[in-house]
Amino acid sequence: MADLILSPNLTQADDFYADLVAAHEGLEKAESDAFNARLVLVLANHIGDNAVLKQALDAAALKQE
Amino acid sequence: MRCARCARNGRERVNKIFEVPLYAYEASPDQSAPAPVRHKVIVVGAGPVGLAAAIDLAQQGVEVLVLDDNDKVSFGSRAICFAKRPLEILDRLGCGQPMVDKGVLWNKGKVFFDERQVYEFDLQPDSGDQRPAFINLQQYYFEQFLVDRVRELQAQGAPIEIRGRNKVEAVGTHPDHVKLEVETPEGSYTIEADWVIACDGAGSPMRAMMGKDFVGRVFEDNFLIADVIMEADFPSERWFWFDPPFNKGQSALLHKQPDGVWRIDLQLGWDIDKEREKRPENVIPRLKAMLGEDVNFELEWVSIYTFQCRRMEQFRHGRVIFAGDSAHQVSPFGARGANSGVQDTDNLCWKLKLVIDGKAPESLLDSYDQERIHGADENILNSTRSTDFITPKSQMSRILRDAVLDLSEHYDFARPMVNSGRLSVPCVYDGSPLNSADALNGPSQTRPGASCPDAPLGEDFLLPKLAGQFTLLTIDADAPDEIEVDGITVKRLALSVKDDPTLTLKRRYLGDATGAVYLIRPDQHVAARRDTYEENAFRHAVRRATGKE
Repeated sequence: MADLILSPNLTQADDFYADLVAAHEGLEKAESDAFNARLVLVLANHIGDNAVLKQALDAAALKQE
Repeated sequence: MRCARCARNGRERVNKIFEVPLYAYEASPDQSAPAPVRHKVIVVGAGPVGLAAAIDLAQQGVEVLVLDDNDKVSFGSRAICFAKRPLEILDRLGCGQPMVDKGVLWNKGKVFFDERQVYEFDLQPDSGDQRPAFINLQQYYFEQFLVDRVRELQAQGAPIEIRGRNKVEAVGTHPDHVKLEVETPEGSYTIEADWVIACDGAGSPMRAMMGKDFVGRVFEDNFLIADVIMEADFPSERWFWFDPPFNKGQSALLHKQPDGVWRIDLQLGWDIDKEREKRPENVIPRLKAMLGEDVNFELEWVSIYTFQCRRMEQFRHGRVIFAGDSAHQVSPFGARGANSGVQDTDNLCWKLKLVIDGKAPESLLDSYDQERIHGADENILNSTRSTDFITPKSQMSRILRDAVLDLSEHYDFARPMVNSGRLSVPCVYDGSPLNSADALNGPSQTRPGASCPDAPLGEDFLLPKLAGQFTLLTIDADAPDEIEVDGITVKRLALSVKDDPTLTLKRRYLGDATGAVYLIRPDQHVAARRDTYEENAFRHAVRRATGKE
């Protein structure tokens, strides 16, 4: 079973973070919520592994082992 | 385009069905017998499930009496969607063909969100089956065809009887029989049965009289359901709307039925005045908003329903066995109500026959509980998930639901997440005590516990050849023509991949294997499979499949 990567894995973390914030610029709260929801679903499909996604759900809930 | 006159004729025909008793009350000699008459099996309820059970038993020569508190078909279209697996079961019961002939065939569906079509689907891209994925047929026709079949069996001398306006008022359970108090227009009488099958619906009086639980989840929503007769040429497809402009924030469903009748479901929400919403002056503007101002239609039937997802903890209580909605109730999304009820009877009747004949221990009936509770749980899970997608319960679940719909318009990946009802497919009895360990490196879809998928055999199909008895299906493998195990005869059906040039048989039953031997149960589920015939293994498999190991 693959493990969720929780160590630094983005080669250009600052760039991604800036892009993520920029993507929300000019959006109303409801539009931003919808955007985030779509983004989660797109990324989940890319990961495509329910076991990894379960770990990601736990990580996002800040559940520590 | 249908003309208004045809539509009116359709309506007159339909009205007649509701008025003429299909099994009118007649006094039975049982009512004046000096002592309660004992029947082999009594089925309570002459709905789709009760009638299917009775036909199944009568076809096997088991004496069966059906009691119903009414004498007519059900009012309104009610269950309208019948899936491939129940149709295959109905073929075995001798009434699949008239249903398919009368029903509206459909495989395609469209999903709309707001004002846009977001995608469409085809349920049966992979054919090779005699029966379609679904037909739409009003429940009253379904029941009528079943009663026609009962009459046909009676004409052939089969031991089957329906008594209309015979209402069970009290139940007494005993170790070796069940006693019923039955109310009729001419007073009440007592009868007995070795076995009782309770098919008296979600509100089951039998269940209440026996004080049995029925727990689950209530959904706080109301749905307006309307049958309309209209002059319109929508294709034979299932159309589902999320949040449409004509029913903002809610959902809607359009389905075609025979005779120019259309089924429309509109979600209404929780805080509504049901009586007010049902009035034509309130229903008609809603339908006009959906169908367009210039479409002519007549309202035939309107009802408002709420629903629950729940089941009994056990379906078998001694000699009283519950089947269909009396045992388990699901939301209507996915057409899992009547369809699963017919599968209950398919599972139960061959077992009951073996127990009655003394060829299997009574404990075989406990496998009905195990297998059909497994099926009910699968149906409840699926229909609960559909309901949660259709009617999101929180702000965030609505945001996620809408995100799925928005993405599905642009990307294929999101379409499997769109859930407007996961349409009924037969459940695989994984883990059933009747299964033998899989001993074939074959396709997963035909593993032990699975219901046999169909395959074309030249002009014929596979499933009708597997009907009603234990069968040893050999595909390019040797086996004796017949084996007998403790009084149970198992006949061989010898096939070769060459019998099916489309290679469906090979794809579904062999996969990479070069040959296979399957033990198929009377309900067309796989009990065991191996690459070659081994006498000892299959003898054990038959014993296991009949509750003896």
